[in-house]
Amino acid sequence: MLASDMLVAQNVGFFIIAAAMVVGALRVVTTRNVVHAALWLVVVLSGAAAQYVLLAAEFVAITQIMVYIGAVMVLFLFGTMLTRAQIGAEDNLNNAKSWIFGVPVAVLMLATLVIALNDGFGNEKLPMDAPVVNTQQVSDQIFGPYLLPFWALSFVLLAAAIGAIVLARRD
Amino acid sequence: MLVNEFLMLGAVLFCIGVYGVIVRKNAVMVLMSIELILNSVNINFLTFALRNGSTDGHTFALYVIAVAAAEVGVGLAMVLLMYRNRRSVGLDELSEMKG
Repeated sequence: MLASDMLVAQNVGFFIIAAAMVVGALRVVTTRNVVHAALWLVVVLSGAAAQYVLLAAEFVAITQIMVYIGAVMVLFLFGTMLTRAQIGAEDNLNNAKSWIFGVPVAVLMLATLVIALNDGFGNEKLPMDAPVVNTQQVSDQIFGPYLLPFWALSFVLLAAAIGAIVLARRD
Repeated sequence: MLVNEFLMLGAVLFCIGVYGVIVRKNAVMVLMSIELILNSVNINFLTFALRNGSTDGHTFALYVIAVAAAEVGVGLAMVLLMYRNRRSVGLDELSEMKG
């Protein structure tokens, strides 16, 4: 493989962001502090937004930042704040001895996925001259062929909002 | 850029998320692990959208984000209710429906 068709800058960027995302994800599932887990999750989510930009998906990247880092993360921090009195490390976050099941399941699943992906895609390259998908194309999709799922999604969001209010209301 | 780079990243994030769902007892931490899983799925959607030169993957990724936001809202409301009723968010204590 020639260096000229490798797109060095994008590959370096990808691997730096991917390493940060994997480290962040591992910390999310291993840390003993709920607030730290939420902050490591921010690293993973913003890394994902950066990968979306590398994948030429600008609108999804912006949506990711606004919805996840702006809204979902605030919800998580509120949830943490409202459900626990203890600040700092906590011993009671994990099931006892659960890594005996968790590690083999995760490793086996990863091995299966890696083998399947290597079989299926090998050294196939992404088309790097593809144009960036702009917001107009995405909205043509949503309000064209995918209009019915969009309506269904509006009802899901409405039901979720009402449901959350009903559940969290203090009677 | 190889297709596999992105798909492998998605696979790794997915497996870490599954590990978190299995291992964690705190309900808020389980919800965070589910967010990891949903994000890995989104990376796959956008990779295949670029590979196939279509925009369908973008639409689905947006729908996944919206459903994930709804899920977190309802999930955290349930966690809050659970905390209010029994002063704890341990998932192993919810055993009333055990036969």
